Amino acid sequence: MTTTEEIRPPEPPGPITWIKQNLVNSWFNGILTVISLVVVYYVVVGSIRWAFVSADWSPVTENLLLYLIGQYPRGEVWRIGLSLTMVSILFGFSWGLWRGIMQAFSLTLIVSFLVLAVLPATPTAFPLSMRLFALANPGLILISYLISRRWKIPARVMISAWLISLTASIILLRGLGRSELIPPVEVNLWGGLVVTFLLAVGGITISFPIGVLLALGRRSSLPVVSIFSTFFIETIRGVPLITILFMGSLIVPLFLPSEMRVDRLIRALVGMIIFSAAYMAENVRGGLQAIPEGQVEAAQAIGLSKFHTTLLIVLPQALRLVIPTIVGQFISLFKDTTLASGVAVLELLQIARSILQSNPEYLGQQFEVYLFVAAIFWIFSYSMSTTSRKIEVSLGVGER
Amino acid sequence: MSTNENDQPIIICRDVHKWFGDFQALRGISMEVRKGEVIVIFGPSGSGKSTFIRTINRLEEHQRGTIIVDGIELTHDVRNIAAIRSEIGMVFQQFNLFPHLTVLQNITMAPIWVRKWPKEKAEDIAMQLLERVGIPEQANKFPGQLSGGQQQRVAIARALAMQPKIMLFDEPTSALDPEMIKEVLDVMIELAESGMTMLVVTHEMGFAKAVADRMYFFDEGLVVESGTPEEIFEHPKEERTKLFLSQILTH
Repeated sequence: MTTTEEIRPPEPPGPITWIKQNLVNSWFNGILTVISLVVVYYVVVGSIRWAFVSADWSPVTENLLLYLIGQYPRGEVWRIGLSLTMVSILFGFSWGLWRGIMQAFSLTLIVSFLVLAVLPATPTAFPLSMRLFALANPGLILISYLISRRWKIPARVMISAWLISLTASIILLRGLGRSELIPPVEVNLWGGLVVTFLLAVGGITISFPIGVLLALGRRSSLPVVSIFSTFFIETIRGVPLITILFMGSLIVPLFLPSEMRVDRLIRALVGMIIFSAAYMAENVRGGLQAIPEGQVEAAQAIGLSKFHTTLLIVLPQALRLVIPTIVGQFISLFKDTTLASGVAVLELLQIARSILQSNPEYLGQQFEVYLFVAAIFWIFSYSMSTTSRKIEVSLGVGER
Repeated sequence: MSTNENDQPIIICRDVHKWFGDFQALRGISMEVRKGEVIVIFGPSGSGKSTFIRTINRLEEHQRGTIIVDGIELTHDVRNIAAIRSEIGMVFQQFNLFPHLTVLQNITMAPIWVRKWPKEKAEDIAMQLLERVGIPEQANKFPGQLSGGQQQRVAIARALAMQPKIMLFDEPTSALDPEMIKEVLDVMIELAESGMTMLVVTHEMGFAKAVADRMYFFDEGLVVESGTPEEIFEHPKEERTKLFLSQILTH
């Protein structure tokens, strides 16, 4: 009989040992620890006192709805609500079906709704009905999630539901020509977070496929395609986004017949899509170049066509490699939506600015307002980067 | 074994030339392979042996000479290339499995997308092939979770999934750890004995002795010597063949 002595890894240090080892292991580190504690104390206490005592949040609390939806007619707000509800339910269903990314998005959405529901605001700036609506949506997301866990909905149905309801929301928000129920709402009245989201989501979802096509085009063996793609990419990348937005809003209408009036939101969106697609193309191309030639040869050897090789073998691997860069680009696109304020689109930052400018009593309260806007941007940017880390992990299975 | 059909060459190469820029990789290779034959090609690195078998499924284009596979001449005609490729399986030195797909998906990819088989049929056949190469339990793993030997056996199964008439092996054991070489060779020997037409680039002389019908010694883009394994091992005619064999057999 052999006795095997069990060898265990050393116990992790207890809290007191940890403090001894890391914070006061020499007199110099001890002093540093004390100084840091004092600094942290003053910063934390100072910030809390400022936020809850001396700061005056009235520019935010008195205008909350303006930040959210701009000057969208207050009688028509239900249309935004209905669109949000559709999206919430779809996210819930997609969460049950696809997990992964959709779970992360749904959770972000739930948290955002809950935060919105308890955000301090005056009753006129954010009525009780809307609070209840914000409170009800997370419930809808969860219910749809549970339903789709129980009854599997085919992915094909889900994707068409997304396409249909996204189109429906746009129609709902814009309104129809002579409709009594949903009269048209001037796009100039749209504003705030809704517009920021429209620009970001529209920009991201449309620029992504265009970028992928441009990247493939640049590597194409057909000279016309590759020259055009390269020319497009290099031209756009050589120009600042704000310039493209200005060109879109000033120059493009000159070339269009006067009856074809494209509103400025769409023009800004197109500018962002073009800009983002060029960068997307270069990111994706980086991923494409990282795929070893052997993968293409293996695909050809088993008889896959060029198209199938690209679609099934090369692209999935290339895109996985560039997820961090792509998400980084999405985050910067999200923040770049603020540049649309330069062409008079009332996105979140521009709304904040105009609230400050039009109310003399808010003089000197810029800091609170900008902090609020920054916090909103931070929440969504941060949740995007957390999501990207989750995608990387969930796709990491079978990494070479 | 000498029915008429078996005497008909399935691969005919005549005077095949290939250049990479100014470098001439193949200087006129001629070879005929009959159905069911196992051909072993060996030679020093840079001798053109890999390049040659890659011209047969047109991963490399030859610039002079003719290659006729299963009655179809390899030209620039894209349809011909596709038709040829679906008749030829290929196994690479570096396995080249698709890392983002499971073992089963790797194998069913071509049958589903090229042969347009229903998924169930493709998976049934894939499972049979995995049984044949001895790793049915790995079906739902990703290539990165398998050992080198297992990956190469999956690669063989993937090539067989298209039910090819010819199998090309480009140094299939050169990237493997020594203890895994045998498991791959065993699969290849079984395949050879089942009557598959095989062109194998390898330095595994034990394999050549066991199953090769003919051997070709390549050097500097030319066939220096060819013959049965017995002729090559026992009575090599050329000095270069002798020298090379003494180098690879004595270490």
